[in-house]
Amino acid sequence: MDAPATMPVLWVLRDLLGLTGTKFGCGAGHCGACTVHFNGTPVRSCLLPVSSVGTGEIRTIEGLGVAGEHDLQRLWKELDVPQCGYCQAGQLMSAAALLARDPRPTDEAIDAAMAGNLCRCGTYPRIREAIRQAAAAAETRR
Amino acid sequence: MTPHLDRRGFVVLSSSLLGGLMLRLDESPESGVWQTSLSPILRIEPDGTVILAVPIPEIGQGIRTASAMLVAEELDVRWDAIRLEQADAIETDQRAIAAGSHSVRDSWEPLRRLGATARDQLVRAAAARWGVEPSSCETNEGIVRHAGSGRRLAYGAVAAEAARLTVRTDVPLRPRGAHRVVGRPTRGLDVDDIVTGRRVFGIDVRRPGMRVAVVARAPVVGGRVATLDDRNARATPGVVDVVRVAPYGDGAAPTVPAGVAVIATNTWAAMEGRRALRLTWDHGAHRAESTANYERLAVGHLDARDDTMYREHGDAALRTPGDRLIRARYHLPFLPHATMEPPDCTVEIRGEHCEIWAPTQIPMPTRNAVARFLGWPAERVTLHVTAMGGGFGRRLDADYVLEAVAVARQVSGPVMVLWTREDDLQHGFFRPYAWHEIEATVRPDGSLQTWQHRQAGTSRYAGRAGRHPGSSEFLSGTWPAAFAGAHRLGYALVESPFDRGPLRAPGNNGYVFAVESFLDEIAAATQQDPLAFRLRLLAGDRRLPAEEGDPEFETARMRAVLETAARSAEWSRPRPPGTGLGLAAAYVFGSYVAHVVEVRVDTRDAIAHCERVWSAIDCGQVINPLGVRAQMEGGFLDGLSVAKYGEITVVDGEIQERNFQQYRLLRMPEVPDIHVEIIASDAPPMGAGEPPYPPALPAFTNAIARATGARLRVLPARSERLRAALETSRRDA
Repeated sequence: MDAPATMPVLWVLRDLLGLTGTKFGCGAGHCGACTVHFNGTPVRSCLLPVSSVGTGEIRTIEGLGVAGEHDLQRLWKELDVPQCGYCQAGQLMSAAALLARDPRPTDEAIDAAMAGNLCRCGTYPRIREAIRQAAAAAETRR
Repeated sequence: MTPHLDRRGFVVLSSSLLGGLMLRLDESPESGVWQTSLSPILRIEPDGTVILAVPIPEIGQGIRTASAMLVAEELDVRWDAIRLEQADAIETDQRAIAAGSHSVRDSWEPLRRLGATARDQLVRAAAARWGVEPSSCETNEGIVRHAGSGRRLAYGAVAAEAARLTVRTDVPLRPRGAHRVVGRPTRGLDVDDIVTGRRVFGIDVRRPGMRVAVVARAPVVGGRVATLDDRNARATPGVVDVVRVAPYGDGAAPTVPAGVAVIATNTWAAMEGRRALRLTWDHGAHRAESTANYERLAVGHLDARDDTMYREHGDAALRTPGDRLIRARYHLPFLPHATMEPPDCTVEIRGEHCEIWAPTQIPMPTRNAVARFLGWPAERVTLHVTAMGGGFGRRLDADYVLEAVAVARQVSGPVMVLWTREDDLQHGFFRPYAWHEIEATVRPDGSLQTWQHRQAGTSRYAGRAGRHPGSSEFLSGTWPAAFAGAHRLGYALVESPFDRGPLRAPGNNGYVFAVESFLDEIAAATQQDPLAFRLRLLAGDRRLPAEEGDPEFETARMRAVLETAARSAEWSRPRPPGTGLGLAAAYVFGSYVAHVVEVRVDTRDAIAHCERVWSAIDCGQVINPLGVRAQMEGGFLDGLSVAKYGEITVVDGEIQERNFQQYRLLRMPEVPDIHVEIIASDAPPMGAGEPPYPPALPAFTNAIARATGARLRVLPARSERLRAALETSRRDA
């Protein structure tokens, strides 16, 4: 792959690799639409130069649950979370990173982890509820 | 295969390319059947696949799911068995636009009719094959069954024959009590694609050989390129060309601003190339524009009372001794749309044909605008409607499409023009800037004697021939003005070169803040409960004329949403000190909404926390209750967001807000729990996308006032404004 070192991962994914699930929202790290996991940590791919990735692992929405089988994807469907849907890949990636780090988040922890992701349609109450229920579902399985 | 066309009244019947049944409503004027002009297309293929081309763009309002439900109701297939396509812009679909909360309202009749007519064709085709009476056949989930013999045929098996039968134009629709799909909470049909990242938004369109362009636009409206040195831009790796975009449209404030487009093999290269441009601008005539100046002008008009009358009834200037005079001023700033997906558009011009992929709310008007722009007949323009990251009215203008066409004309092969967030906030169009003054007299018995409402601002209809500038800004002006003994509505225009246009619930989104704040101020000044005061104004079952095209305002329905939301909130239960309930209601595009908001005010830090919300809506018959709830939650939160933060400011002719750090939006930690009640109704279905938005703003500020005595009359309700209002209220106390 031939990309200049300064090119953000967002554009490498979208324009060079054809992975368009990760979205462009602000280009400045304010909206979270471009959230991906970099070695398991949620990062804003619009600010992450491709040169800093090295041999690290980038996971995008396309790799979260290919058939939509991830708990969060399932609950997103069950609670009918999306409206326009544009921000939801970023929301899901932030939520998945939260649950990986903190399987039983408090409401405050959910709010804090999701504060970097904007939704113009106002799907926040359903996102919050979907994360709560995903945590509860994982708990029941344990 | 040659499609066999059978034209009978309002349905065009033909064979699909695969030999199945294809129906299209013919909404041509000569058919004279429907008032709306939608031409939905339904196909039933021989393999049983049912495909609906949804005519109205999906902007998050849920019309694709609702459309499938309406067809499924009458066709008698599972709603999730319908494959959805998004219709291209076609001539007969002039009304296929996402605006005015009309999506469901306009689809309700034609889509059910389409499903019912298709089912009738299929049943008669099966009956003919069996040699039985159609009335002896029934259907269930895509199967025709002959009751007497138990014989069954799948829809697909008779689709080809169904396409050859004469079409019946008088197929009855299911009566209200018999609905099986309509009214059931139904999850979105596109959610699978959304949660896996597969849904293709405008920004995700990819064409072979496609280039990406970003445009440097004149920072001051009406500006022109003075000097351009593009050598460094052209030397940027990946950049393939730099072209100028000529301004297009009105000379003073063109629809497409003057700009320089940098075209590259990928988005990042285009952005880097734009940064490398050496550009100077001739700022033109509007360098002195500022919102501070608009404030001076608007307040000056209110002081001088030099507005022109938009509507009046009786003598609103009448002053009777003993009446109480109450007056207040309110301010609403410019607002942008800030759709999560910024504007983008992909265009490919091949010889004499222009093909467009656009996230647009207005497919056919956009196609026509492109044809005018190119000077071509519309047949040479194809427009595909993509999924889009929000609408909010931003995509009711074709500016970004025309600009992309202007760039594509100078490029060989397909090109996407993508706006950055900075481009979006600085080069969009705005909800008008306005100051309001309302003056009312109240009789000793607490009833409303007179109501005078003046606005001074940059009306959306400024300069529109034959339209009063107040006509766009006093939408739904029935409530509460018409409930006073006499009323007068007036508007004074403040000139501005900045483009104004529709934003979610246009007109209402400013008007409702002013009137619902003022109703609470009257109630407070006359020691009345805000709910009781409104219910008293609405007493008796009356119907009043509303805006052209909207059903009459019914007092009983407005009362019902207020009472329902108040009951859910336990309106009369006392709250702890520093906590208060506020309410507001609105009638918008035929639907009624009330919100009750619980606010806890931290007086030391001057922060108002919106903790809980109880809402009620009456939007007539409900197609998808899940969709209505989603719009209620989202509409409220959109209103809360702009009440707290929303503002576009102009200094030296330039927009100051560049990205989301200056143009703030509501975030998860500030989001309250929202309880929604849907009022059961037999009235025709109305929309839910816009009505919840306007009353959210005054419900929030009314709650702050009831919690603390601090009245916020100027939006956004930023912390320093809340602090000042708290100090004023302490002094007055």
